[in-house]
Amino acid sequence: MAIRRAMSGRIMDRTAVVGARYMSSWWRSVQPAPKDPILGVTEAFLADQSPDKVNVGVGAYRDDNGKPVVLECVREAERRIAGNLNMEYLPMGGSVKMVEETLKLAYGENSELIKEKRIAAVQALSGTGACRLFADFQKRFCPDSQIYIPVPTWANHHNIWRDAQVPQKTYHYYHPESKGLDFAAMIDDIKNAPNGSFFLLHACAHNPTGVDPSEEQWREISHHIKAKGHFAFFDMAYQGFASGDPEKDAKAIRIFLEDGHHIGIAQSYAKNMGLYGQRVGCLSVLCEDEKQAVAVKSQLQQLARPMYSNPPVHGALIVSTILSDPDLKKQWLKEVKVMADRIIGMRTALRGNLEKLGSPLSWQHITNQIGMFCYSGLTPEQVDRLTNEFHIYMTRNGRISMAGVTTGSVKYLANAIHEVTK
Amino acid sequence: MEHLKPMEPTRIHSNGDSLFQDMTFAPDIPVYVTTAAYNKDPCPNKLHLGIGVYRTEEGKCHTLNVVKQVEQTLANDLSADKEYLPITGMPEFNKLSAKLMFGSGSPAIKESRVVTVQCVSGCLSLRVGAEFLAKHYHQHVVYLPEPTYGNHPNLISAAGLTLKTYRYYDPKTLVLDFQGLLEDLGSALTGAIVLFHACGHNPTGVDPTCQQWEQIRQLVRQRGLLPFFDCAYQGLVSGNLDDDAQSIRMFGCDGGECFVAQSYSKNMGLYGERIGSLSIVCKTADVARRVESQLKLIIRPLYSNPPIHGAAIVTAILKDRDLYQKWTNELKAMRDRLVQVRRQLYDSLCNKGTPGDWSHIIKQVGMDSFTGWNKDQVDFLTREYHIYMSSDGRINIGGLSSKAVPYFAGAIHDAVISSLPSSTLA
Repeated sequence: MAIRRAMSGRIMDRTAVVGARYMSSWWRSVQPAPKDPILGVTEAFLADQSPDKVNVGVGAYRDDNGKPVVLECVREAERRIAGNLNMEYLPMGGSVKMVEETLKLAYGENSELIKEKRIAAVQALSGTGACRLFADFQKRFCPDSQIYIPVPTWANHHNIWRDAQVPQKTYHYYHPESKGLDFAAMIDDIKNAPNGSFFLLHACAHNPTGVDPSEEQWREISHHIKAKGHFAFFDMAYQGFASGDPEKDAKAIRIFLEDGHHIGIAQSYAKNMGLYGQRVGCLSVLCEDEKQAVAVKSQLQQLARPMYSNPPVHGALIVSTILSDPDLKKQWLKEVKVMADRIIGMRTALRGNLEKLGSPLSWQHITNQIGMFCYSGLTPEQVDRLTNEFHIYMTRNGRISMAGVTTGSVKYLANAIHEVTK
Repeated sequence: MEHLKPMEPTRIHSNGDSLFQDMTFAPDIPVYVTTAAYNKDPCPNKLHLGIGVYRTEEGKCHTLNVVKQVEQTLANDLSADKEYLPITGMPEFNKLSAKLMFGSGSPAIKESRVVTVQCVSGCLSLRVGAEFLAKHYHQHVVYLPEPTYGNHPNLISAAGLTLKTYRYYDPKTLVLDFQGLLEDLGSALTGAIVLFHACGHNPTGVDPTCQQWEQIRQLVRQRGLLPFFDCAYQGLVSGNLDDDAQSIRMFGCDGGECFVAQSYSKNMGLYGERIGSLSIVCKTADVARRVESQLKLIIRPLYSNPPIHGAAIVTAILKDRDLYQKWTNELKAMRDRLVQVRRQLYDSLCNKGTPGDWSHIIKQVGMDSFTGWNKDQVDFLTREYHIYMSSDGRINIGGLSSKAVPYFAGAIHDAVISSLPSSTLA
């Protein structure tokens, strides 16, 4: 061994110069990439030294002290798991137990569709991974299709379908004047899209606007999508987070299922179980029958093989431990409601403070909107002022992560917003 | 709003058919088929030598003691949260992984020329590297060794790169076809990407010697080829982490550029945690910074940021002297067991007088052994003796206990002296 090391040392001295002379960097022309608009905000926040700084940028829940939260049910699950289970590869489709429980959340505890085994489902790398897997699947099996994406949407949706090489179009969603839903234009876009288009829908708590269709509006959306033979793909990243009740938050999906759509769903446990960094999610595709579901699942696995082969075990174990234990599941539901209620409380407080300050603008939308985010209506220039003058960090589209607002910071935030908008 | 009629649960596509009407079943992935067949088999003597997972002497799943210990600590650490990692993963994990592979004295690290990003397993590290090359590199041809890990072609071609092969293993002599390798790389397209196994070649267990690596390195640099290492067995081949990284360090230290995909699946037994990294050694620190920023753009639409748990375990072990020592001890014990089982199998076959030269079993290194058997012989072993392996004749030594060696040797002996052609057996 020592001889090998000594030899390689001498050889390297002699040839290092030779190596260098023959090589130039292959990457000289690589340009610095633009910073991610969302994750770049946290980087800037961390670099800021001001004691007053407030981060309402990234969509991660904070408690009323501004601290990240690990749910008690998660801690308990981890204690049970630690050191006790082997770490061998999961099956390609991921944890069977985790997927089973996850489907119940989306499709219903007693769903006939689950009983009839009509759902092709695989564990995915959180919501991002589920969307990407679906986009790759769409590209492979419906190569002539295009995806319709709402305006606005989570920025990474565009990256995902672009990298999957699926052509994208947009549909009207947010109505800036009313800070609500541009329903008529949305329906028009659905009607005008070529038959058989794919539509990306946010199941609840739309990111970044917080604007959701009403139940009545969902029924009409479902009707028109069906009439055109479109495919509805739901991104559900906030089940439980919007109203505090996971069943309620799945209403849009249940409407589509009742109406007979064969939908696809990306689910994530990042927010509602606080498992952000564990990357746990699920992609499901509702099929005609069990045989087709088996075929579709095999194709989804085939797509995952040249990516990560099989998904990570730890986060999936946490989820399955919690959801398959009635007491832990009950605890989880309680903790989700606490988080949702705190956010709703902060919405009320922010609006209240702005109105108390005598702002001439309407801030009704703060409490009309739902979920983690408030689409404030602030312009990029106003956002820049908030950052530069008040050390308040948010994305430049004016999206405020309400989960990052605390009793301690809401007044400061209201003052600052008032200053830049009066 | 239009009056809404009650909906029939009909098919949704405009012409009445499901979008997936014509979908066929995807071809089964061989290693999973083998595992499924093994699981179904009721025979008590059955052996699974088909999947690359290290098992204990008792044939059980093996979680390292140091890993169990770290997991307990992590579970009891109330100060740890589950926030998103940066897109490029856990910074401390990245630094420590780079040091592990390139050496703590590496000039490339000291000069900030190495970009290391945590990825979701060695597979995704390879895929992210391939995607980066497809986007930013002018040459889209990758040379893979013949044979190679079954998933390599999928990972590389999924990124849109073109595959070619270079000679690596000589099925007649069961050793490295070094001349063939030099010829093929010598005539490779200029600037082409070449995939190398850093140590413990999968599936053959045949590695170049240090001198051979040096010749390969010179040839690669002279031809302007871009080396891409897959490092999945560091520590499991020689028992020494530094020695197993020699090939990488040669390339990492010569001032040139290279890619390294790393996995902790085998050497830390973290298979299901999907923990690995991609490192790119660049000419300058400035280039390294730009490369890192571009890697983020590739990663974000794949999975946004990598999972915490595996990285937390690895980091805890690599940065603590006692835990690191515990790990290297366990690693050496695992590796020694592999060597001992190889020796035991070789001795059994020699003692039985099984025709053929079985020395390749002890010459090959790491977890895999390429037996040289063809599909008929493999089928015979499965059918008659309930021994499962890949159809290309690769066996996982890590799945063989010393208790099972006599049975295995008996099966091989029977296969050889039966009516099956023995020309491909050494």
